[in-house]
Amino acid sequence: MFRFIGYRLLQAIPVMLIIITGTFFMQRFVPGGPFTAEKAVTPEVLRNLNAYYHLDDPLWKQYRDYLWDLCPKAFHPGALTQGLDLKQAFGIDFRPSFKYPNRTVNEIIADKLPVSLELGFYSLLIALAVGLPLGVLAAVRRNTWIDYLCSSLAMTGICVPTFVLGPILVLLLAIHAGWFNASGWYSPIDRILPSLTLGSVYAAYIARLSRGGLLEIMSQDFIRTARAKGATETRVIFKHALRGGLLPVVSFLGPAIAGILTGSFVIETIFQIPGLGREFVNSAFNRDYTLVLGTVILYAALIVGMNLVVDVVQVWLNPKLKFE
Amino acid sequence: MLSAGFALAGGCARHGDGAGADGRPLQVLRIGNGAEPQDLDPEAITGVPELNIILSLFDSLVGADPHDLHPIPGLAESWDISNDRLVYTFHLRSNLHWSDGNPITAGEFVKSYQRTLTPAFASEVSYKLWCVVGAEDYNHGMLTDFSKVGFKALDDRTLQVTLRQRIPFLLKILATDDVWDPLPVKVLARYGPLDRKDTGWTKAGRLVGSGAFMLKEWTPDQKIVVVRNPYYWDAARVKLDAIEFYPVVDASTEERMFRTGQLDITSQLPSTKIDVYKREHPEELRLEPYLGVYFYRCNVTRPPLNDARIRRALALAVDRERLVGDVVKGGEQPAYAVSYPNDGGYTPRARLTGGVAEARRLLAEAGFPGGKGMPPIELLYNTFKEHQDIGEAIQAMWLENLGVRVTLRNEDWKVYLDSQHTHNFQLERAGWIADYMDPHVFLEIWVTANGNNDTLWSDPEYDRLLRSSLDADTEEARYEIYQKLDSILVEECPVIPIYYYTSFYTVNPRVQGWWPTLLNIHPYKFVHLDRT
Repeated sequence: MFRFIGYRLLQAIPVMLIIITGTFFMQRFVPGGPFTAEKAVTPEVLRNLNAYYHLDDPLWKQYRDYLWDLCPKAFHPGALTQGLDLKQAFGIDFRPSFKYPNRTVNEIIADKLPVSLELGFYSLLIALAVGLPLGVLAAVRRNTWIDYLCSSLAMTGICVPTFVLGPILVLLLAIHAGWFNASGWYSPIDRILPSLTLGSVYAAYIARLSRGGLLEIMSQDFIRTARAKGATETRVIFKHALRGGLLPVVSFLGPAIAGILTGSFVIETIFQIPGLGREFVNSAFNRDYTLVLGTVILYAALIVGMNLVVDVVQVWLNPKLKFE
Repeated sequence: MLSAGFALAGGCARHGDGAGADGRPLQVLRIGNGAEPQDLDPEAITGVPELNIILSLFDSLVGADPHDLHPIPGLAESWDISNDRLVYTFHLRSNLHWSDGNPITAGEFVKSYQRTLTPAFASEVSYKLWCVVGAEDYNHGMLTDFSKVGFKALDDRTLQVTLRQRIPFLLKILATDDVWDPLPVKVLARYGPLDRKDTGWTKAGRLVGSGAFMLKEWTPDQKIVVVRNPYYWDAARVKLDAIEFYPVVDASTEERMFRTGQLDITSQLPSTKIDVYKREHPEELRLEPYLGVYFYRCNVTRPPLNDARIRRALALAVDRERLVGDVVKGGEQPAYAVSYPNDGGYTPRARLTGGVAEARRLLAEAGFPGGKGMPPIELLYNTFKEHQDIGEAIQAMWLENLGVRVTLRNEDWKVYLDSQHTHNFQLERAGWIADYMDPHVFLEIWVTANGNNDTLWSDPEYDRLLRSSLDADTEEARYEIYQKLDSILVEECPVIPIYYYTSFYTVNPRVQGWWPTLLNIHPYKFVHLDRT
C-alpha cells in the first residue's frame, strides 16, 4: 500500500507542474491585465507598475522565479497551528496579490481557506447524514411509496439550484421568521443556512448514487447466498451490501470534497461568506495573476490528494481491487 | 472608555447597538459598501468602496459641504490664491493631530505627495497631481530633485502649492479627491520603505489617519469598523460613535440584509425592487441624481462611423424617453448632451434636436437613404444584463427608425477594456463617473490625445477652446466656453449620450444628515441616528 501511495505521489509532481505551467502561461495570453482599468493608466504609470511587480522581466524569467518561490524551502509543520500560512510552514511563497496590494496570496488563503473548510465540513455532514439514509431507504423499499418519496426528494434537491434555495431559505427563516441573519459569517448561528443550502445539493446526489449502487449490489449472487444462509435483512444490508453499494458514492465524494472544501462561489455570494470560492472566480476576472495561480494550485493539490484517498478507500471497500 | 464601549458594539451583529460607558445608546451606522476594499491607502486605490471608507479615516485640506459638496475649510482653515491664480497657500489649523495624538505638519503633506509621485511606488492615481509644477516630470523620473516640484512647506502650518497652469476648479477637486490627503509618513516608515505598497501599514491597529474616525477592525470580506477619533480637530461635531462598513457585492443579498435590519444604508438596490419600494416603503427609497453619463462611444476612424452625419443620425434616432421609462427604470434622466445638467451651476444648452426626421435626412445625405447599402455596425458591451437590454432596445430603434442593422458583441470586463484601449471596436457602450463637481470633468476627456479619448476623435478648435477655458476670468466666462464645447460634441457626436445616471439605494429613516449629493459622497461627521 505504501509503495502505491508513494508512486501516486511521485505521479502528482508532473501533474502539478503541467497545471502550474498551463495556468501561468494561459492567463498571460488573455487580453487585459491586472492594471487594465476604465480610466486608462498612462504608459508611464503602466511602466512603473510593471516594474513594481516585475512584469517587465522576460516571461521565461518570471516563470522561473515563480517556480522557485513555490518550491518548499522549509519544514515547520508546527507553524500551521498558528494559522494556515504555507510560507511560515514550508517556505512556499505565492507572492503578493495584484488586486490587494497590501496582502499576499498566502495571507488570503490563510484567511479564507479555513472558512471554506468549515462550511464544507458542515455541508458534507448534512449531505451524508441526509443523503445516505434516503438512498439506503429508497433502495431497500424499492418501488414502494417510500422509494418514490426519497427519490423525488433527491431529484428535487438536484434540480433546485443553490441560488434559488438559498434566497428562499433566507426569505422564510431570516426575513419572515427572524431567526437568522440574512447573510454574513459573524456568529455560529450564521453557519446554518449556508450549510443547509450547500449540503442539500450534495445530499441529493449522494441519495441517488447510494440508491443506485445498493440496488446493483443487492441483485448479486453473494447477497442471495447470504439470505439463503439465513442472515437477517439488516445484516444483509449493513454487513454485506452497503460496503459495495457505497463505491459510487466514494468515487463521487473525492472530487466533490475537493470542490466543497475550496468553497462555492454561489453560496459565498448569496450569504456574503469570506471563503475562497469567490476569490477563485473573481481573481480570474480581475487578472490577479498570483491569486489565480495560488487558488488553482490549491484546488489541484486537493483534487489530486482526494483522488488518492478515494482510490485507497475503494480498495478497502472492494475486495476485487488490489493496490497495483 | 471608548474601547470598552466599542467592543460591545462590535459583538452585536444583529439589531441593537449596545450602550456606551455613560449608558447613552451607542450611535453605530451600518453601511453596505459594495466590493471588498483593495486597500485603505489613499494613494494606492481607485475604487468607490475604498473611497467611502477613506472618507471616514482621512480628512482633506479642503472639506466638502454635506448638502452640495461645495468646498469648505477642512484641515486648512483658510487659503490665499495669488493674483495669477497659480499659487495656492493653505493655512493649516493649529489643532491638527493624527489619530495617534501626534501633530500634523505641512511637511507631512509634502512628503505624502512625494510618495505618490515616486516612480517606484507606481501609484495609479499619481496623474491627479500632475497639475502641479514639476510633478509629472518627477513621476516620470525625468526630475529627481523633489524640491523643484511645486509643493512647499513654508512652515509647520503653511503649505504652498504652485500649479503649472490655472485650474479654476482646484478647490472643488480638493474637496472630494483623496489623493490630496496627507499621510502620517513617520508611521508609514515604521513598517517599511515609503515607496512600497505591501508594508501593511493600513492594517487595523497600525493605520493612523487624520479623519473623524479611526480604524478599529478590518476582517476581509466581513466588515470594517471605524470608531470616533478623539484627536480629530472637529471631534465635537461628530455624533456617530462608530461606522461599520459591510462589503456586500450582491445587490439582492444587500437588500435582504437591509430588510433584516443588518444594514442602515445599502450601496445599491436591485432595479427590479425599485417599484416595490416605491409602493411599500417610499420613506426608505433613495433615487438621486449621480454625476455620471451613460453613452455609446464611436470609433471615428472606422467607416461608416468616420462620418459625423451618420454618428449624429444614430444619436438622434434613439428614443431616450422610452429607454429610461421601459428599459433602465432607475429614475434616470435622458441625456441629449454630454455634460451633466445642474453640475456646479452649469447646464448644457446644446441638445440633440431634430428627432427621427432629421436623422433620416442626415443618413440619406451621407449616402444611405433608408439605411440601404449601409454595412451592419457592431456594438460592443461588457457582459452584463442591463447593457444587453439597452443594446437590444437601441438595436431595434435604429432598425425601425433608420433601417440600420446593428450586431451585438459582448466581452468580459477586462477583455472589453482591452478592446476599448486598443480601439478594437466600432461602437461601444461606456459610462463616465465624475471625480469632482465641475463640468470640466466631462469635457476634458475629448481633447486630442487624452488617454481616455478612445474615440480617436480630434478637433483643434475643441482643444483650443478647452485650453482657453482654464484662463477664463470668471466662472460665467468659463461656462460660456463649455457651452461651445458641448455644442461641438452634439454636432460631431464622437459619443452618443444616452442617459444620466442616478444612484438608487435604501436608507433607514433613522439616519439623519444623509443628504443627496451628486457624487454620492456623505461626510460622516454630519450624520447621526435618530433615536425617537
